[in-house]
Amino acid sequence: MSAAEAQEDPYVLGRGRGGADAAGEGRGGDDARPSGRGEGGPAPKRTVVGYGFWIYLLSDIILFAGFFAAYAVLSGDLAGGPGPQELFEQRRLALETAALLISSFTCGLAGIAAGRGAMLRTQGWLLVTGLLGAVFLGLEVQEFATLVAEGAGPQRSAFLSAFFALVGLHGLHIAAGLLWAGTMMAQLAVKGFRPAIERRLMCFALFWHALDIVWVGIFTVVYLLGLAG
Amino acid sequence: MSVLGKLDWSAIPIDQPIPLAAGGGAIALMLAALGWVTVKGHWPYLWREWITSVDHKRIGVMYVVLALAMLVRGFIDAIMMRTHQALTVGGGSGYLPPEHFNQIFSAHGTIMIFFGAMPFMVGLMNFVVPLQLGVRDVAFPRLNSTAFWLTASGALLVNLSLVLGEFARTGWLPYAPLSERSYSPGVGVDYYLWAVQIGGVGTLMAGINIVTTIVKTRAPGMGYLRMPMFCWTALCASMLIVAAFPILTATLTMLTLDRYLGFHFFTNAAGGSPMMFVNLIWAWGHPEVYILILPAFGVFSEVIATFSGKPLFGYRSMVAATLFITVVSFMVWLHHFFTMGAGANVNAAFGIATSIIAVGTGVKIYNWLFTMYGGRLRFPTPMLWSLGFLFTFIIGGMTGVLLAVPAADFILHNSLFLVAHFHNVIVSGTVFGAIAGYTFWFPKAFGFTLDERWGKRAFWLSLAGFVIVFGALYIAGLEGMTRRLQHVAVAQWGPLLYVSVAGVAVMIAGVAAQITQLVVSIRRRDALRDDTGDPWEGRSLEWATPSPPPAFNFATLPEVGGEEPYWRIKERAIASQQERSASDYEPITMPRRSATGFVTAFFATVIGFAMVWQIWWLAALGLVCAYGAFVAFAWRDENEDTFSAEEVARIERARRGAAA
Amino acid sequence: MSVIAPRVPRAALALALAGLASGCSGASVLDPAGPVAEGNRANLLSALAIMLAIVVPTLIAIIAFAWWFRAGNPRAKHRPEFVFSGRIELVVWSIPLLVILFLSGVIWIGSHRLAPEAPLGPAGRALEVQVVSLDWKWLFIYPDEGIATVDRLVVPAGRPIRFRLTSASVMNAFFVPRLGSMIYAMNGMETHLHLQADRPGRYYGQSAQFSGDGFADMHFTLQAVPPPEFARWTAEIRGTGRTLDRTSYRALAQQGHAARGLAFGRVDPGLFGAIVTQAIPPAAGPKPAPGGQQVSG
Repeated sequence: MSAAEAQEDPYVLGRGRGGADAAGEGRGGDDARPSGRGEGGPAPKRTVVGYGFWIYLLSDIILFAGFFAAYAVLSGDLAGGPGPQELFEQRRLALETAALLISSFTCGLAGIAAGRGAMLRTQGWLLVTGLLGAVFLGLEVQEFATLVAEGAGPQRSAFLSAFFALVGLHGLHIAAGLLWAGTMMAQLAVKGFRPAIERRLMCFALFWHALDIVWVGIFTVVYLLGLAG
Repeated sequence: MSVLGKLDWSAIPIDQPIPLAAGGGAIALMLAALGWVTVKGHWPYLWREWITSVDHKRIGVMYVVLALAMLVRGFIDAIMMRTHQALTVGGGSGYLPPEHFNQIFSAHGTIMIFFGAMPFMVGLMNFVVPLQLGVRDVAFPRLNSTAFWLTASGALLVNLSLVLGEFARTGWLPYAPLSERSYSPGVGVDYYLWAVQIGGVGTLMAGINIVTTIVKTRAPGMGYLRMPMFCWTALCASMLIVAAFPILTATLTMLTLDRYLGFHFFTNAAGGSPMMFVNLIWAWGHPEVYILILPAFGVFSEVIATFSGKPLFGYRSMVAATLFITVVSFMVWLHHFFTMGAGANVNAAFGIATSIIAVGTGVKIYNWLFTMYGGRLRFPTPMLWSLGFLFTFIIGGMTGVLLAVPAADFILHNSLFLVAHFHNVIVSGTVFGAIAGYTFWFPKAFGFTLDERWGKRAFWLSLAGFVIVFGALYIAGLEGMTRRLQHVAVAQWGPLLYVSVAGVAVMIAGVAAQITQLVVSIRRRDALRDDTGDPWEGRSLEWATPSPPPAFNFATLPEVGGEEPYWRIKERAIASQQERSASDYEPITMPRRSATGFVTAFFATVIGFAMVWQIWWLAALGLVCAYGAFVAFAWRDENEDTFSAEEVARIERARRGAAA
Repeated sequence: MSVIAPRVPRAALALALAGLASGCSGASVLDPAGPVAEGNRANLLSALAIMLAIVVPTLIAIIAFAWWFRAGNPRAKHRPEFVFSGRIELVVWSIPLLVILFLSGVIWIGSHRLAPEAPLGPAGRALEVQVVSLDWKWLFIYPDEGIATVDRLVVPAGRPIRFRLTSASVMNAFFVPRLGSMIYAMNGMETHLHLQADRPGRYYGQSAQFSGDGFADMHFTLQAVPPPEFARWTAEIRGTGRTLDRTSYRALAQQGHAARGLAFGRVDPGLFGAIVTQAIPPAAGPKPAPGGQQVSG
């Protein structure tokens, strides 16, 4: 807003363009109008949904930050129980990380395919993404089961509580993501590419990549620092 | 364990007449209301127009209704606490045994903060923000409905604890290790955890929604620095919600894991850290204070500007002060426990950071003051509440800064001085703001103003009662009396407690006058009808719509110039903008009503209840059903309704016609 | 520690309190009975004085502006375009800022001078008392005298006391209003506090941090006596037969008030350390009852 504008006040209430147009209902991302900075009116729906989901992801990252903080505080409180070096297994960790990182890549491929409207490829890459996520989750469940069997369950010490909660929370997110991906594949198969479903695909991709970033944090803070002792 | 988990007949507190009578009364009242609705055949209307509504105005109104009900419930708790405590002076036993008294002050705080003050603020934001931005709805209308119903679900769970089991006996923030299973084995803390967790998720959704609405969907020309002040404070409060509530979710999740699965986050044993709980809960808790107060600051800005007949003084300075408070509010949490022994340097640093926040608030107060300077002040009810706020809040802010001085806090921490301080800021800040906003925007929501006579009575009585109650408690705190005492051992406190009970009586009269105002206004609604849509000479876009606004708010989206668009337009030509030919209208697409929110919240309640009583199969069933409902709603093809251009023109003319 | 002597607010406060508080026998924090409480009060009052310097004019201005600029006043100049003034903004930002700057000095100096862990006077002169908060009573152990009492704290007047505090179970706060600063007592943790009673007298003390069903009864009497009388008292307690060791401590740590007024003539010297290091596990809480309730023991 420039000063001249404010003085002249060229806008007149109700002089607007058509309502539906200005509301940007159901627009795709190709809308040329600048969005959200106040000049052009409400942003197109795809932008709004994407932005809202980003804000959600931000809050989710803060949720994880809470658990990271708790882990940082409690990681030394072994209560006489086993510590990271005795518990973490590098080979499984490498496999887990690889599965998740590749799944992020295939998720990106699914997004590209969806952008081109290629149904089969989209479904295929989504399936690969889901399978890789399942592999990750399976490995994590295996890790948890091994730890519990060794008597190193979350009840053993504050360190293990924080570890299980942090890593488990991420695993829970992955599980939710799998459910989401599966539901969306079914929806895509039945309904085809619709604006609403395209937006959901976009959100799913954001979600999945965010989980990847969180995993990188867990990998570093929990496993690498833990193994480095 | 039985099919119903820990739940059995003994959960109904037959041996405790007070909660049973209160709960029974509440149930009877609810049944009567439901019965009346059924007999009158209002269900289809309620279901269609309210329960499944995704209209931000309707949802805002429902938030406020919930908040008003919960404020009354919390107020009854307060009456019981004050009278009981006064009865125990000089060795009396009062009428509340400790286990019950402790539930009452815990429920009072929980209900007032989470289900009274918060929903009130979120409700006002919901109702006002899209109208002030000149748009048709919030960014995510169905999410909005879900957020509201989740909040209602949390409130339901808290109130359920009256008749089934018990509520937490730990205070409104369940400090560990007292709240751990080993020291609180009952279901009270579980009720707290699930109710607040569910309500908190709702609040988080509302926060995300409002941030997105304000950042991404404003009317053409509505730059950030043209937004009304209330939108700014709503934006900042919502950003605080997004940034702070996940910390609460994380903290309560950890406590839940401790209690249900034997984790050791906050336990005494196995290396857990109770001090971490205190830090985490206040890392959320302090921003929460500003989540409550910022929207109220926004209300006062609107009200004071409107009734001074002037734009807000120092608008940009106000925006800067709001942002300043938003940022600094995350850096002061340790002042809630100077007495934990963190050391002089840490205490001093947090004390200074805390008092720095007062700079932002001070700037705001001076700008309100200069808004009045050179104005033509009118004093209808909303303005009275605002002036009452200005006057009392300064005192509350001052005592807050006193408590931020660690060496002074060492003798005032957890005293009634502290209790008086935070009531001084929350009641005279948030609650006065809420009531000011309620009386200010009521005509916008319903098309008639509230009765001024009863409104003013309510104001003066509430203000007087408030000053008496908390004046007495301030002094009691200086007299060394600490909070949460089921009975008092020092006879000298007696007179102060009696004075505070007298103040409570005055406040009861104030609340009664407030309720009377609503009843009288509804009865006299024809006389009080406002056909202009702008009963106060308003200064922002919500007053450009007819009252109540049509579902789509604006038949054509306004284009905005200047900081107070509506006012400037009015200054030029008041009537001309209302005349428009039919060809100016275009079809409008609005989100269709949806039961998503209600159904989601229903299953959330089921899951919460099942988890409290450890009925695992029911919790699992609830989860599966919730997922099923979610998929079913996501499967819907048609999520929108379209008003044709003719319809828009017809509705608009009918509303405007009433104005002519 | 206060640099300025805030006479006016003190007078005002005294006026407000007159008639409400009957004499000095209460627990008023404005009626200090020791150097720490005096420091606390001085901090409170100087901060109050600094704040009042801007609060009072502001309050007056609110009333004056609201009255003068009422719509019905024809003499008030209507200035609807008076919406911004750089000079005023500068002032309204700098006044609170300067006040806070000034206050920051008070905060910084006060936090350091009155740090609870800072000893009063030369080392070695202080009497050490170990405090354990139990459900719902206070255990006071005098390690040098080898005695312990419950809910009764007798100290020599005029001599600094060095408190070492911990909790057997949940959090509590140790607070004797007329002696000044309070501090938390937490399980598995040791906090420190230094207080002193200048004159003999009986002072009300209590827990200031809610700790469960019996919380309201967690008050005690701090009795300051002349030093010779303190020596007589310790000798008398030593003469009583009871021994505080791990076994009797375990019984004492049960929830309830039955132990009020108990005294122990002999004390296991390692007891306090064992509680702090959790060599003695945390005390148990209430028992679950049917119907999702709980009963305190």
